[in-house]
Amino acid sequence: MIAAHLPALQIVLPLAAAPLCLLLRRGTLAWALALAASWAALVCAALLLRQVLISGPISYELGSWAAPWGIEYRVDAVNGFVLLIVAAVGAVILPYARTSVAHELPEEQHATFYTAFLLCLTGLLGVTITGDAFNLFVFLEISSLSSYVLIALGRDRRALTAAFQYLVMGTIGATFIVIGVGLLYMATGTLNMMDLAERLPPLAGNRTVLVAFAFLTVGTGLKLALFPLHFWLPNAYAYAPSVVTGFLAATATKVSVYVLLRFFFTVFGVGYSFEVLSVGKLLIPLAAIAILVCSTVAIFQNDVKRMLAYSSIAQIGYMIMGIGFATTTGLTAGILHLFNHAMMKGGLFLALGCVFLRVGSVRLEALHGLGKRMPLTMFSFVLGGLSLVGVPLTVGFISKWYLVQAALERDDWILAVVVLVGSLLALVYVWRVVEAAYFKPAPEGAAKVEEAPLSMLIPTWVLIGASIYFGIDTSLTVGVARQAAAQLIGGAS
Amino acid sequence: MHRHSVLRVTTKLLMPFILLFALYVQFHGDFGPGGGFQAGVIFGAGFILYTLIYGVENARRVAPEPVVRVLIAFGLLLYIGVGYAGLLLGGNFLDYFVLAQEPEKGQHLGIFLIELGVGTTVAATMVTVFFTFAGRGRP
Repeated sequence: MIAAHLPALQIVLPLAAAPLCLLLRRGTLAWALALAASWAALVCAALLLRQVLISGPISYELGSWAAPWGIEYRVDAVNGFVLLIVAAVGAVILPYARTSVAHELPEEQHATFYTAFLLCLTGLLGVTITGDAFNLFVFLEISSLSSYVLIALGRDRRALTAAFQYLVMGTIGATFIVIGVGLLYMATGTLNMMDLAERLPPLAGNRTVLVAFAFLTVGTGLKLALFPLHFWLPNAYAYAPSVVTGFLAATATKVSVYVLLRFFFTVFGVGYSFEVLSVGKLLIPLAAIAILVCSTVAIFQNDVKRMLAYSSIAQIGYMIMGIGFATTTGLTAGILHLFNHAMMKGGLFLALGCVFLRVGSVRLEALHGLGKRMPLTMFSFVLGGLSLVGVPLTVGFISKWYLVQAALERDDWILAVVVLVGSLLALVYVWRVVEAAYFKPAPEGAAKVEEAPLSMLIPTWVLIGASIYFGIDTSLTVGVARQAAAQLIGGAS
Repeated sequence: MHRHSVLRVTTKLLMPFILLFALYVQFHGDFGPGGGFQAGVIFGAGFILYTLIYGVENARRVAPEPVVRVLIAFGLLLYIGVGYAGLLLGGNFLDYFVLAQEPEKGQHLGIFLIELGVGTTVAATMVTVFFTFAGRGRP
């Protein structure tokens, strides 16, 4: 009986835990409940993905109202994979959260923090699982509103302006998305994605549909920090509490990339998005600029969190480039990089959280000599950094390998070179951190620094370990990514 | 606001009607325009009017912070609880058909409880947001 209801449980287990956390009031109890809920969500996601890979897409009718009238949850290889990414990152980060949150937030905010965290997790999972365009918007708002709160909890006062900036940009993005969905509804009279996919092709010349496409592209572009629309991201990541930065960097933008994939490939269809409107010609140059410009900007950052935030925008560029190719290899690279980037960037931000716990700052000067004083933390950072660069035997290499392959399939040497130059630039900014940590002596009279506690080191190493493991054994990730890509290219699943 | 007798008396006179109207919108929402969200906003607005005229301290005595906080969570839990009830009675999540013997009765009961949950959370959240801003700079 439970197996049949997994799609609903995936969402409502964390959702039910959120108000309970608020009632518990005690930080530790709320943390334990949030931990249980996030692990339950991970189990649901793993079972769902397994079921999808064995027996094809799963559909669930909420309230027993049949689609397309009722809200349908629909899991296929694409969103099954994204669900697993989001749930896994949530489940790994919560054990880490306890120490980090206790250090960075005042006692009375702990229960509220876990409530907001669970709501954010619920929203992200909901956006991913739903098969209804309007429901997607509702979940997007749940995740966005809670992430504004989470960012604003940062200890630095600038966290408030960063959260406000994100709130303004995020709200514009969400409004664009709801306008797009509204226009689609106007043109077709339906909100169910599968139903939309059937009704849209005859309307290919319709101007309402064209405008809807434009609104959805720009709105989603804002949420996923596509190159010229990324200005909210560096501040939001830099000033949020460490746990929040790690969680959002690994999940929020990935889910937005998934939304883009879903609208381009499933709802509008490859033919309309990439042949009639040739959106690829817009996405690929923007992605290339993102890779080059934001990697370069990252080199000049002295705050390591900010450096990684700019690096995130560049990495999103790799995903968007893969999607822009609209070939099976390109999409495989893009979807693969969703997972790979979540692992390495999540791990890197968690390592920075460990540094912040012990040193109280993540500026480059504060890292001097840390290679000796916090060896485990800094070594995990180095491994994550190597993965960002794309050194063989790391996940970063696998993504770039497929991406370069996809570029060469189109005989596009320039883009292949852009990807490689991006790697070199990544080497430069990662090296700046390595240099500070390993080759600069600790300042005279610096306070003694201990290694971070195990409760934080283990989650960090799980993510970093995953970014090495899946760089060596790629059967699971590449297999699922390829199946997902084939499904998207093949049209409506 | 101690001198503005007109405002104070009018507010006191209007209060029961505002709250009653909120309850009407809440419970008549099944048959006419209305529902939990609108009712919650009207109910919350009633409290906000009272706070504006009589001050935060008096309003807090009627709606203490811990109680309001519990109500926020309670409304959402009621909503989710109805969803789980559908699951446990053999239907899908949020399935109202299985809540009573006859499907129509089940639908009626389901939407009634769900809207009650929405109304509670919306009213409590509005009051909390207002208290938070109005109480700034006070102990």
